[in-house]
Amino acid sequence: MNAPAKTVGTSVKRTEDARFLTGRGRYTDDINRPNQLHAAFVRSPHAHAALGEIDKPSAMDVPGVVAVFTGADMAADGVGGLPCGWQVIGKSGVPMKEPAHPPLAVGRVRHVGDTVAVVLADSRHAARDGAEALMIDYDPQPAVVHLADAGAAGAPQVHDEVDGNVCYDWEIGDQAATDEAFGKAAHVTRLELVNNRLIPNAIEPRAAVGEYDPADGSYTLTTTSQNPHVIRLLMCAFVLNLPEHKVRVVAPDVGGGFGSKIFHYAEEAVVTWAAAKVGRPIKWTAERSESFMTDCHGRDHVTTAELALDADGTFLGLRVKTLANMGAYLSTFASSVPTYLYATLLAGQYRTPAIHAEVKALFTHTTPVDAYRGAGRPEATYVLEKLVEKAARELKMDPAELRRKNFIQPDQFPYQTPVALAYDTGHYEASLDRALELSEYSSFAERRAASEAKGKLRGVGFSCYIEACGIAPSAVAGALGARAGLYEAAEVRFNPTGSVTVFTGSHSHGQGHETTFAQIVADRLGVPMANVEIVHGDTNRIPFGMGTYGSRSLAVGGSAIARAIDKIIDKGKKIAAHMLEAGEGDIEYKDGVFSVAGTDKSLTMGEIAFQAYVPHNFPHDKLEPGLDESAFYDPGNFTYPAGTYICEVEVDPETGHVHVDRFTAVDDFGTIINPMIVEGQVQGGIAQGLGQALLEGAVYSDDGQLVTGSYMDYAMPRAQHIPDYRFDFTCTPCTHNPLGAKGCGEAGAIGSPPAIINAIIDALGPLGVDDIPMPATPLAVWQAIQDAKGGTARAAE
Amino acid sequence: MYAFEYHRPSSLDEAVALLTSEDIKPLAGGQTLIPTLKQRLAMPEALVDLGRIEALKGIRKEGDAIVIGAGTTHAEVAASEVVRGAIPALARLAGLIGDPQVRNRGTIGGSIANADPAADYPAAVVGLGATIHTNTRTIAGDDYFQDLFTTALDENELITAVSFPIPQAAAYEKVANPASGYAVVGVMVAKTAGGVRVGVTGAGPCAFRATAIEDALARSFTPEAAKGVAMPADGMNSDIHASAAYRAALISVLASRAVAACGG
Repeated sequence: MNAPAKTVGTSVKRTEDARFLTGRGRYTDDINRPNQLHAAFVRSPHAHAALGEIDKPSAMDVPGVVAVFTGADMAADGVGGLPCGWQVIGKSGVPMKEPAHPPLAVGRVRHVGDTVAVVLADSRHAARDGAEALMIDYDPQPAVVHLADAGAAGAPQVHDEVDGNVCYDWEIGDQAATDEAFGKAAHVTRLELVNNRLIPNAIEPRAAVGEYDPADGSYTLTTTSQNPHVIRLLMCAFVLNLPEHKVRVVAPDVGGGFGSKIFHYAEEAVVTWAAAKVGRPIKWTAERSESFMTDCHGRDHVTTAELALDADGTFLGLRVKTLANMGAYLSTFASSVPTYLYATLLAGQYRTPAIHAEVKALFTHTTPVDAYRGAGRPEATYVLEKLVEKAARELKMDPAELRRKNFIQPDQFPYQTPVALAYDTGHYEASLDRALELSEYSSFAERRAASEAKGKLRGVGFSCYIEACGIAPSAVAGALGARAGLYEAAEVRFNPTGSVTVFTGSHSHGQGHETTFAQIVADRLGVPMANVEIVHGDTNRIPFGMGTYGSRSLAVGGSAIARAIDKIIDKGKKIAAHMLEAGEGDIEYKDGVFSVAGTDKSLTMGEIAFQAYVPHNFPHDKLEPGLDESAFYDPGNFTYPAGTYICEVEVDPETGHVHVDRFTAVDDFGTIINPMIVEGQVQGGIAQGLGQALLEGAVYSDDGQLVTGSYMDYAMPRAQHIPDYRFDFTCTPCTHNPLGAKGCGEAGAIGSPPAIINAIIDALGPLGVDDIPMPATPLAVWQAIQDAKGGTARAAE
Repeated sequence: MYAFEYHRPSSLDEAVALLTSEDIKPLAGGQTLIPTLKQRLAMPEALVDLGRIEALKGIRKEGDAIVIGAGTTHAEVAASEVVRGAIPALARLAGLIGDPQVRNRGTIGGSIANADPAADYPAAVVGLGATIHTNTRTIAGDDYFQDLFTTALDENELITAVSFPIPQAAAYEKVANPASGYAVVGVMVAKTAGGVRVGVTGAGPCAFRATAIEDALARSFTPEAAKGVAMPADGMNSDIHASAAYRAALISVLASRAVAACGG
């Protein structure tokens, strides 16, 4: 029997798409239970108010309403607060402030949308009627919304116990060495920027179904999560004080997460707790306006940065000061995003010898901010790549050549940066050169002239990004304050007739794991892909795993599967040795066949699997039946995907409209399993990066109302905004995991915003514009042009 | 959404008879009313669905005008050979409204009756000098829009059709709100037997004629003439997407582009 053709490296169509495209996906909102109640959450209309009396009868009187619960009810049951999973230690060893975050507010509401009460009713409409009828006595108080105001003396306090709203004041790098570098610099480039707040907008709103079975005291939570085991752990250990073996958390098909579905949200704990209180299943699905107000937002930094260079453009030092908005409460991983996922990336692809970064995280009366596609790394890339491009403009150097001059060279790996990370491998010049070629950079001047002839301004912008994926080695993460291990788990189970079921702790919510993981299993075990089933998302079926975020699923989750496969092959060798009456050391395995070296005696994987489950003549003192192995894989390091993005825009100077005319992406993701899926990930990532650069931005009024609370005002990228991309890949395989894979899920969102913004600044340069904010809306671009004209006029006076 | 009674009359008379109080609302394509109801921002006692009234449908050429039934969808106008042949700018305008879902449900009568300051059709009503036909009378396009969401219509007066005089040339140019697709500014420029008309939507509380640009174009129907008019920002709308000054500047720019598209 011939082994099936190898699939790794080929664009196998996605197995899961058949069910998604035919409407057979099964999402949380598709789940209905007999006798279920519907939950409606009552949300604060105020950014900041003292919470007075909540008049339950006003809602209970509404027909169909069964129960109303408040924070006081949960507190009376000993329910705890939503925890933060990463403790950041600030300057002088001061730990971050972790104010209580009760699932239903107690005493005070701290952002518009803060969860005040839950109304349970026989129908969604009755629940909503009850929520609307619930009388709540609010005493509105002054709110602080913007980062620039949050740290000011006399600013309204978000939490009484957090002085000056400072969650932490943290630093990394060598300040003295950095100061010294600036002292001898021939040139210093300085930049101030805002990294705009984003609202995630997964197509599937969050939803949760809580169930309680009094027969055995067990709970089931079905929820829109990227990591069901993490939710079970946090909810059981910190919030509801339940034993994990009595709680099952299921994350079925999930319609996009982008980070926003990593976190443990109040609604999950409330429906689980309340299901036992009322003895009926409870279902909740967010309305879109709730998603805008309560899904954790992303980004929201204010930064000043300085780059010190010598006369020939060599980078000497980098100094960065950032204010990061935490929102009203610390979400699950909020503290790690602007620190260990941000400042550690500030070396970029460069040999900058001295770096010092300070990050002050502040509470405000806004929705909590946490990881969103890229999580910290887009913010770092935006700082660095905008700064480098500005330096090139100031020094009148080609931006590609200034970067090339400062790249870490291929023979310098492993490379220890001044900000904690040690890059294992890379070849930055290879990506840059390929991107220059693919983007036809050498003929840019001709295209610029052609645009000018049409009254348009053309610009080109670069971004040479790096990111740290595969989060993370548990020992490193633990030393930096993570309160969890960050391995991944897998179980590979042969069924007696030769098919394979794989249980993974990773969770697929758009990534295509059911295809990519099956490719790896099929190739390594010599079985057809059709005989491989990938199981994920159910704590009662899968081993304890950490889930999917940080572009980690292939590098960490896939590696766990590879390790389990190795164990299967080892076991198979033992069985083959017994069956073929050979020494174990003489058994060779290749492409699904075990053979005795130097003979024609062999057994296929299918035959081995069958024997494993029908062990009629196994020596049971030496050989166990069964072919079922599990592995936990803890990575040795982060992985470091990197690449070059080049963007060309055409700007209409009369309307301020920016058209992305071409976008070139050359990425090094290490070994690629399925190029089509990887390209899809990069396309989606760039679409989100383009959204941040040109369209998206959460706007709060000064009193804390979310102005961009619907699609009427929050602009998402649409098909018409997305250019035809030019893609290619370079490859330096990851040196420390069994797949050589680095991860590709976030690169597009990390690398693209500075390329786009740099291109716009390049386009507007002739008009005297030297900076543009994100999002670079038509108004922002037009206003920058007017301001530059005013500047010119003033200068001429 | 709160509960409401639902009526689906098959004739105009039946519809008018049902509209007996201000708590009973007519429903056309529902592209504004239904989202409003879903957000519980309105609580009508009843809705009178005009969607099955055949007399409100259809597009026809009558003499020197194109007459469009109030119940005609944007998609039908955009695709109509009659409209594309006689007033291509109007077909283009209809094709720029919202997205395919909106264009397949929303109607010209509903849009004009609602009088959203950023809707596209008002630029055509004013810019082409249309006439609004209702169940009781006709209203000149120039007199129809009065203020933010305010028109010359009486309570529960129903638009039956809109007639657009066929211009010598016309063009519509728009800068769309990137979030909602509504017009930040939309400008309809028309060369008619009675002179040049410039209808503007999105910029002010309701659609209006930019008479300063009309005057300049009467003297010289060229893009430069339109661009040379500096529109005052006073009274223009201002929001997070566009300042008053930006909207004022766009009027001249879009008018000049429309003139160019007219062959001016």
